[in-house]
Amino acid sequence: MTLVGESVKRIEDPRLITGKGTYVADVTLPGMLYMTVVRSPHGHANIKNIDVSAATSYPGVVAAFTGADIAEQLGSLPVGWVLDEDMKQPPHPPLAVDKVRIVGDAVAVVVAETNAASVEAAELVDVDYEVLPAVTDAVKAQASDAPQLHEEAPGNLAFTWEIEGGSWDEAVKNADVVVKEKIVNQRLIPNAIETRGVVADYNPGTDQITMWTSTQIPHLIRLLFTLVTGHPESKVRIIAPEVGGAFGSKLFLYAEEVIAGIVAKQIGKPVKWIETRQENYLATAHGRDHIAFAEMAGNKDGEILGINVVVNANMGAYLSTFAPLVPTILFGIMLAGVYKMPNVKCKVLGVFTNTTPTDAYRGAGRPEATFLLERMVDRFAQEIGRDPVVVRRKNMINAFRNGYEVPTGVMYDTGNFKGALNKALENFDYQGFRKEQREARRNGKLLGVGWSTYIEITGMAPSAVAASLGAGAGLWESSTVRVHPTGSVSVYAGTAPSGQGHETSFAQMVSSELGVPMENIEVHHGDTDKQQFGTGTFGSRSLAVGGAALHMSLAKVVAKAKTIAAHQMGVPEKQVEYSNGTFIVEDIPERSLAFGDVALEAYLAKDLPPGMEPGLEATSFFDPDNFTWPFGAHVAIVEIDPDTGDVQLKRYLAVDDVGNVMNPMIVDGMIHGGVVQGIGQALWENAVYDDDGQLLSGSMLDYALPNAKNLPFFETDRTVTPTKVNPLGAKGAGEAGTIAACPAIVNACVDALKHLGVTHIDMPVTSEKVWRILDEKGKAHPRRK
Amino acid sequence: MPNEITVTVNGTEYTDTVEARQLLSDYLRETLGLTGTHLGCDTSSCGACTVLVDGQSAKSCTLLAVQANGHSVTTIEGLATDGELHPVQAAFREEHGLQCGFCTPGMMISVAQLLDRNPNPTETEIREGIGGNLCRCTGYHNIVKAAQTAARSI
Ligand code: FES
Ligand code: FES
Repeated sequence: MTLVGESVKRIEDPRLITGKGTYVADVTLPGMLYMTVVRSPHGHANIKNIDVSAATSYPGVVAAFTGADIAEQLGSLPVGWVLDEDMKQPPHPPLAVDKVRIVGDAVAVVVAETNAASVEAAELVDVDYEVLPAVTDAVKAQASDAPQLHEEAPGNLAFTWEIEGGSWDEAVKNADVVVKEKIVNQRLIPNAIETRGVVADYNPGTDQITMWTSTQIPHLIRLLFTLVTGHPESKVRIIAPEVGGAFGSKLFLYAEEVIAGIVAKQIGKPVKWIETRQENYLATAHGRDHIAFAEMAGNKDGEILGINVVVNANMGAYLSTFAPLVPTILFGIMLAGVYKMPNVKCKVLGVFTNTTPTDAYRGAGRPEATFLLERMVDRFAQEIGRDPVVVRRKNMINAFRNGYEVPTGVMYDTGNFKGALNKALENFDYQGFRKEQREARRNGKLLGVGWSTYIEITGMAPSAVAASLGAGAGLWESSTVRVHPTGSVSVYAGTAPSGQGHETSFAQMVSSELGVPMENIEVHHGDTDKQQFGTGTFGSRSLAVGGAALHMSLAKVVAKAKTIAAHQMGVPEKQVEYSNGTFIVEDIPERSLAFGDVALEAYLAKDLPPGMEPGLEATSFFDPDNFTWPFGAHVAIVEIDPDTGDVQLKRYLAVDDVGNVMNPMIVDGMIHGGVVQGIGQALWENAVYDDDGQLLSGSMLDYALPNAKNLPFFETDRTVTPTKVNPLGAKGAGEAGTIAACPAIVNACVDALKHLGVTHIDMPVTSEKVWRILDEKGKAHPRRK
Repeated sequence: MPNEITVTVNGTEYTDTVEARQLLSDYLRETLGLTGTHLGCDTSSCGACTVLVDGQSAKSCTLLAVQANGHSVTTIEGLATDGELHPVQAAFREEHGLQCGFCTPGMMISVAQLLDRNPNPTETEIREGIGGNLCRCTGYHNIVKAAQTAARSI
């Protein structure tokens, strides 16, 4: 019986719903010490002096370190994606030595016997700063008189990245209209509910460093840790236990991972550091932060001829691990979207500012591209007085099954964009809504509908392609299947989940292929001493790349078992059929061997085919030849309160095509969560700095996270267009919701106000912003004026 | 300043000497080793630390251990009885009301208490009822469904 495509209940849940999951904060080792990080209160300052003497003499304190003390052991945090030779990579010391560039930059650490003592002593570290002027805005940072962050990067410019497919000049020459808009994609704080944390242990006998850390990439952390500190890779073990949400923010090597490892080695005792939420806001990478200037050219009949975009991407004070990839490749190559867009031009300026580094956050580049593109399509439709759905359909690429190359140079795998749009139109009575909207308007009510027909890029892999674009690591994935003599199975996955239910999805595959019950399958991940090298979990890749590696290993195991079965039954292999976990001799169903019995024979090894090695396990590394390209159509319906400007989300419909689906329950869950992160950006979330570099939205009290109170149920549906890039036909579902949601919501808000001449509203669309628009148009309720 | 407290946690009585400033959440996690109660913030915002104190939901990061003296506390470890999952736990699994599981203990405690107060809540009442608990993974959709399913089964 196959479990593929079934909503199997998760095998992770029994431990998690009873409080038995082990997250980093739950790890306690004998003799463990507690580390507190002293952080800069200034956005930009020279460090004149650091005095730790009061801290080190505080009761319970074991040691304190400054950057100057251990700079050599700590190295510099590396950038794992190098766009070109001109890209600037100024040093990024894990502990600042002579200069701080962000509020939250680590300047010293205090290690004590109790957490309380380390926190108290950290307050006694005396740092003498010479405060410098700061700059936090990516456009202002390029001004000639702007404060300079790094000597190596004059003008605060980290990189310039350009792409042009077709000719934007041609597009303009042939166009009836060119619409222009400044589009800001605001800075976000990822806010996994579990903050980061590290427990580092050092064994002086074996020289082994073991580190529990809340990460999406245990093997890459090990590799990077070795590159930075020089401690041999074979003597570093990274364990990602239960990870309490990540969304990209745990995909980078962080200062505290390096510091805790080296401090534990230095002191010879285990060291624990758990990030406070306030630290998390300052010290864990942020997302987005684009100031873009966009133009779209087209004809009055609705034909789109091209798009031109200049983006000022705020990289923060340093380049985080994968940061250069995000606003460039993951953004620029996506600007054709689902449309026959003959001309695409894009220029990205990566700019240093006195802010927390930005890097991949759920969607990473694609939400920025999709928001801009889908906003501009609506803007263009509005300009020429046509319906946004009609304009979308007119320009949509027709269904294809064997690749479609877009002007940005990438090849979409498979697609049926109109199919997804049609399905959304089946689920939502668009014409009926337009009637309702007109009536509502007559009664003073403001209703709006917004569309987002998106495509994104997932299954982050092809290593050679990634390398040619700047990747510093291979992006394949690995999996080992180990069949035990009694027929139970252990899977060792190179991927590292943070809530995506891999154990369930992978066990479904194993159970279906080997006929082993779910309860006899263990899926292991996140421990570099257990698993072969794996790249990790990001870019919606775990099933499309990691699942494919598992598929390969299962095929190898079955092939070997089949040879053994044929040998044992004394028939040629070609007469043996395999189904539902049983090897059957063709036409003689009574002659059969169960998979479990064959497994035992493989280990007893008393009668194996000549020359065959005993045992039954296989390891595979899968490196596909393309990315995968999910797509879909989302619809949002909002109502705006004309008195207060408050936006209420009335309905949200999603049609997503993520290729073949392993577990629909899990996929729908990821869509819900992803959509809400998009809604959060569209309506509420905003990371705001003042000009001195203070993060004004520096706590959960000041940063508006989505709350159950303000959300409806979601109506999810899908079309299925399998990919040929991997043997599962799966594309990836982790980020689709976030990518699609922002433009759907904002398009709906603009639609509700379109009759007042509104063409664009920047995110988040807060009630204040909307009220001001209504007020300006003389439409705010008189009592409120 | 050390203080002696006696607290009943998940049916077992404990007497411990605690510092006056120790938070209830730290007492549960560190002194008693009940790490199912999670900590997600420092502003009393996230609700990951929610426990029941005398049957009322409370954010354990916002209470001192000494305030629990003489009271009875239920944490996620004590929600199931006699090896039987609480209906809210069963419903969370059934409806896929959790992903990373970090908000989940606090969220389930809040839902359990909500249903205790109001056995037949409307969707709006459920959404209001978990308004003090943040989840970044699920978009709340399946959490609300789980609460509805649990309400039907209680
Ligand atoms: S830990 Fe966030 S409310 Fe208690
Ligand atoms: S399940 Fe991850 S925060 Fe709720």
